[in-house]
Amino acid sequence: MKMKGSRILVECLKREKVEVMFYYTGGSVVSLIDDLHEYGEGIACYQPRHEQAGTHSADAYARSTGKVGVMLVTSGPGATNTVTGIATAHMDSVPLIVITGQVPTSKIGTDAFQEADITGITLPLTKANFIVRSADDLALTIKKAFYIACTGRPGPVLVDIPVDVQHQEVVFHYPEKLDLKSYKPVTSGHPGQIKSAVEAINRSRKPLVIAGGGVAFSGSTSLLNRLLDRWNIPVVTTLMGRGVSPGNNDLFYGGIGMHGSLFGNYAVVNSDLILALGVRFSDRIIGKPGTFAPNAKIIHVDIDPAEIGKNIPVDIPIVAPVKNFLETLEKQEITCDTSEWIKELKQYRAQHPLTYKNNGRVKAQYVIETANRLFPGNTIVATDVGQNQMWVAQYFKFSHPRCFISSSGLGTMGFGLPAAIGAKIGNPDREVLMVSGDGGFQMNIQELTTIKKYNLSVKMIVLDNAYLGMVRQWQELLCQKRYSGTTMTDNPDFVRVADAFDIKARKISEPGEVEDAIRELVESEESMLLHVAIDREENVFPMVPAGKSLAQAITTFEPFTKNNGVIK
Amino acid sequence: MKDQTQLRDHTFSVLVYNEPGVLAKVSGLITRRGFNIESFSAGDAKEKGMCRLTIIVKGDDRGIEQIQKQIYKIIDTVKVSPIEEEDKIEMEMALMKIKARNGEKMEILQLVSVHKAGVVDTSPDGFVVAMMGERREVDRFIRTFPPNNVLEIARTGVVAMNRWN
Repeated sequence: MKMKGSRILVECLKREKVEVMFYYTGGSVVSLIDDLHEYGEGIACYQPRHEQAGTHSADAYARSTGKVGVMLVTSGPGATNTVTGIATAHMDSVPLIVITGQVPTSKIGTDAFQEADITGITLPLTKANFIVRSADDLALTIKKAFYIACTGRPGPVLVDIPVDVQHQEVVFHYPEKLDLKSYKPVTSGHPGQIKSAVEAINRSRKPLVIAGGGVAFSGSTSLLNRLLDRWNIPVVTTLMGRGVSPGNNDLFYGGIGMHGSLFGNYAVVNSDLILALGVRFSDRIIGKPGTFAPNAKIIHVDIDPAEIGKNIPVDIPIVAPVKNFLETLEKQEITCDTSEWIKELKQYRAQHPLTYKNNGRVKAQYVIETANRLFPGNTIVATDVGQNQMWVAQYFKFSHPRCFISSSGLGTMGFGLPAAIGAKIGNPDREVLMVSGDGGFQMNIQELTTIKKYNLSVKMIVLDNAYLGMVRQWQELLCQKRYSGTTMTDNPDFVRVADAFDIKARKISEPGEVEDAIRELVESEESMLLHVAIDREENVFPMVPAGKSLAQAITTFEPFTKNNGVIK
Repeated sequence: MKDQTQLRDHTFSVLVYNEPGVLAKVSGLITRRGFNIESFSAGDAKEKGMCRLTIIVKGDDRGIEQIQKQIYKIIDTVKVSPIEEEDKIEMEMALMKIKARNGEKMEILQLVSVHKAGVVDTSPDGFVVAMMGERREVDRFIRTFPPNNVLEIARTGVVAMNRWN
């Protein structure tokens, strides 16, 4: 049976079992969206108020559910608006399909109206991208796109479909199988390397697991925790791995890196064997190169061979999916005695807890602690970027993976609100809490409309210090408190803004109001915004200043700011 | 740890599907990751629908390993094979348009003959000569001529493969 390209796309999406997608219409996708509504039964479509936001929502839908996110936009500006969203998903290895309309094939390259070379633009930001030049290739390309996005190390894939291809009528045939000669993700690690890893673990006295997004995204969480319990091995996580080890687990030593806990970084620095699972050793994790885990042998397990040895030298590289590696490890005899090591770590943790000083103003940390106490244990928290993100990472005790939704690698301001929307759409029965700062909240504030339009019960906390707080914190340290470009005292009244969107809102500015306000937020049936005026110049500590080792974390700026901001 | 500052030329051969934009993907990736391309050549491979690239990049050993892994991640890439210095066979061709007045012509023809190059076109004002050899030989050949006489140079870029083992 012959079908138009646009209808073929819809049929392909159904074959890929897409249940939820996001789109923003425009001149080059009119017939695609028409056919989506005509033939797309079973696919729930959501339209945001901006293509960037919709891309973040699709991304967060994928992060929180494990399914693939889909965003459909028009050519030119529609396509370029998705770029930040694509880059965000790429950095954090999120399976995302972005479908863009394109000017007709005959007009490509002529600077036609709303033409942009989106495959050229997104080349370095996608796992793969395609331009479909004939409807005959469409079904195969969509099949490839989903396969590539979801397998191996996941990532965003963009498919660009010119208008004439959408109208072209061809026979629809959906390929059942794919044979991509040039794309074969690894399925198991090298047995010899795994043997070396087991020997190294058994020789070690101070082993430490660093769990990253690869553990969370591969569904290896419960297996990992079972093994750690059995072998009594402590664990720390990267931002992407938050929730892999429950926040109240005794073997969990928190986050590591620039704003990791003192005890997490202590564990890294003093370990004699690092077993890194599905992490990419970003610069925010390793601190000063060459000083990361100076006493440790490093075993690095990752599905992406290019990550191994990229940022730090590795003693035992293992290219394998984390799950497969752990399943193999489970069958091995692990005999290292960690009791002394655990004793040492516990003692250090007891002496150096995560902490902050109260001073009569609302402390953001206290707000997050209270939210953690009052919200249900399976709450999904979508953060923005900066101090708000770090405070959630430090003080919200996640007990499951896929609950901390955050732009970790790219650090995209404006991510929080649309991410909360995507997470809520994917998890309608769970509480979804957005935590944003006053800066990032205003970068996609138009999405309050989307919340209202689809009647989504998203709970929102805006931690307002009337600064771009994280950058201000750096300026306090490095620029003698010259706060250029970071002062936001001209913010709008967020309660009145919410009111204009017909969303319930409340503002608090006293510590005594926090508990009651968060209780109201939890209990609210409908969406609600809680605007919290926090202590304006509170900093995120501990902090490893740029260029310092993890052993040199600081918990106050006082000695440095007295010294004209020069760190000695 | 190995000395990271040792920069040298590394040659590798890359087998890719001949899809639109594949050359841009590979060359763009190398540049984006902060490496300079010393030579880049492409042509049909033995395998149908595929293309073999020979690339020379300057860098340290660890950086080069990283680049090769990154190229391998491009979906169109089938294989990345390093070509070791000791096993390397390489060839490059250059065309040169050389201006020659009557008194100079013999000398130029002699140089062409000494370097086993050939004249592929003649005119009253000069020659077009072709030279094939290893990249360094081609470099040397080009330097043989007084710069003022050389009007134009076109080089193919290096093609290389490993010797029979």
